[in-house]
Amino acid sequence: MEAYLGLFVRAVFVENLALAFFLGMCTFLAISNKIETAIGLGVAVVVVQIITVPVNNLIFHYLLSEGALTWAGLPEIDLSFLGLITYIGVIAAMVQILEMTLDRHFPALYNALGIFLPLITVNCAILGGSLFMVERDYTFGESVVYGLGSGFGWALAITALAGLREKLKYSDVPDGLQGLGITFITVGLMSLGFMAFSGIQL
Amino acid sequence: MAGPTVKVLVDPLVNNNPITLQILGICSALAVTTTLKASALMCLALTAVLILASGAISMIRNHIPSNIRIIVQMTIIASLVIVTDQFLKTFAAETSKQLSVFVGLIITNCIVLGRAEAFAMKNPVGLSVLDGLGNAMGYSLILIVIATLRELLGSGTLFGYQVLPLITAGGWFTPIGIMLLPPSAFFIIGLLIWALRTWKTEQVEKPQYQIHQVHRTELI
Amino acid sequence: MLNQELIARVWHRPATWFRGVLDLPNDSVHKTLIVALAVSLVCSVVVTSTVVLLKPLQQSDVSREKKRNILEVIGMLEDDKNMDVLFHGIETKLVDLASGDYVQVENIDPNSYDPIKATAIPELSSPVPPERDVANIGSREKYAAVYVVKRDDTMDYLILPVRGLGMYSTLHGLLALEADANTIFGFSVYQHAETPGLGGKVDDPKWRALWKGKAIYDESDALRIQVIKGSVDVYKPDAKYEVDGLTGATNTSRGVNNILRYWLGDDGYGPYLKKLRSARG
Repeated sequence: MEAYLGLFVRAVFVENLALAFFLGMCTFLAISNKIETAIGLGVAVVVVQIITVPVNNLIFHYLLSEGALTWAGLPEIDLSFLGLITYIGVIAAMVQILEMTLDRHFPALYNALGIFLPLITVNCAILGGSLFMVERDYTFGESVVYGLGSGFGWALAITALAGLREKLKYSDVPDGLQGLGITFITVGLMSLGFMAFSGIQL
Repeated sequence: MAGPTVKVLVDPLVNNNPITLQILGICSALAVTTTLKASALMCLALTAVLILASGAISMIRNHIPSNIRIIVQMTIIASLVIVTDQFLKTFAAETSKQLSVFVGLIITNCIVLGRAEAFAMKNPVGLSVLDGLGNAMGYSLILIVIATLRELLGSGTLFGYQVLPLITAGGWFTPIGIMLLPPSAFFIIGLLIWALRTWKTEQVEKPQYQIHQVHRTELI
Repeated sequence: MLNQELIARVWHRPATWFRGVLDLPNDSVHKTLIVALAVSLVCSVVVTSTVVLLKPLQQSDVSREKKRNILEVIGMLEDDKNMDVLFHGIETKLVDLASGDYVQVENIDPNSYDPIKATAIPELSSPVPPERDVANIGSREKYAAVYVVKRDDTMDYLILPVRGLGMYSTLHGLLALEADANTIFGFSVYQHAETPGLGGKVDDPKWRALWKGKAIYDESDALRIQVIKGSVDVYKPDAKYEVDGLTGATNTSRGVNNILRYWLGDDGYGPYLKKLRSARG
């Protein structure tokens, strides 16, 4: 239990997908004008991350990794090179299924999150989460925690940035820095702040 | 014909740079720029994928059913990325380890899908390939500039060769540690955008809120 | 039968059929299916053939890589051609980590044995209890493969593979000891994904050179070797147990410390090294 908690805190603060690994930057910068939309996108990322990381974990361990097909009588086969295309396929499919399920059963939620879901397929944070899971060889339990933690960390970062930007639009920024430029500087300062967490040992 | 061809190739370098103006493909631009060698390899990988993907998608553009458009593009891009990744693992094993997951993340690099969707779907093969090359060069330009700054100021080296003599080795240069940490990449891109927009003032964004326009009488 | 007729038509005149498909409206079900199938087919052929063609090149790379890493840590690496000749004098042995004895296990060839793979097999490994898992390895193999460098049948150097968590990634390293099983001859981290330029300096030759000649245990057999923060004061009596920390990479340095504490401690090579030391008297 303690190990899972440690992994969660690491995934949220120390190894924040947005601020330490720069993942999902395009959407991170483009959709962070308003707090409400940022929260919506953040929640969508958390949901998709909780589903896709464990699913990809199962696929990796039981279909793709070296020796994974032993149960099918094919211990020699190593399909790990198919990883990339499988993970992105799983992500695209999951997002599509999620969209349809929400539309059918939770219309209110669909109205809130629906417009963000298509954006998520091409969000590198999602694919990055799965790739880090494989690279660090997480077990199934760890992958659930990591999915939750990394998604939550990303959501936290984009919400915080949106909060800053809502205030920032009232400031007198030099012309050339207006918009994208000052956003980059702000994210840099946030990233600097998050680095203070890197000493956490759990 | 020379006019549009050159424009397609050169425009993405400064006037319509994918990173500084279109906010595309930033993820990898930041993460791999701590060393020049890794960045150069990343640029190479992205250029290969972007050119081939633009070409391939443009080639079959008239026959892609619109409702499975995105997934067809994704499949082509993902396959090209796997091929590129395998080549890197075979012929540049040492440096490709440094790139870790970021080669794989070219799949979700918005430049590739963005150019496929916005340009290659509507233009002939030759022009699409040039557009791919142009955007790849625009991306590479920014990446190389950032990587040069970060490696030079962060460890005093370029491509791993010592350029500025370190103080620990009897020289005068104290490495600036923060240049190697994530925040510096954000600062450098921010400042780069500032410099670029001071030069090309038409790229300046309109402020969302202007203090001077609000007059006291309007409030009453 | 319409279908048979269709198949026959396709079979006899593929070119006409192909053109017919191209002429279909883009959004018709047939064309959607055919395009999806064709794209998948072409892509899978391209991907699979690349992998199949490049695989032999990569595999020989992996085994050569292992030899290169081993030769490098003891400073015997000259060029790639001589590698097999040089490796001839190096013997791979299995050590039962719990007892510290050399063992020969049925069905395991030491030369092709991969301890990392063994950690996924329950019979060949055991989970490390969290409170003892200082290096964060999760599960430890029962048998370790060590490399003994021999000259005229006496041990010259001993090379121990170690691994554990650094700041972001698992560090894989090799620790070369001199014949006394206490003096470090060399240390290298050959695989990691730490921040280049900071934690990534674990593979920096200058830092690695600092390890040579350091001692692991003191006279009372206590584990003393450690990476300290800052630079070592060479005049201190303890200096022979200490190595400079990596500047700006506190967590990676701590990771290296944890790795050494685990692998040279009682759960790692501790019992084995103790036997070697007492055998020398």
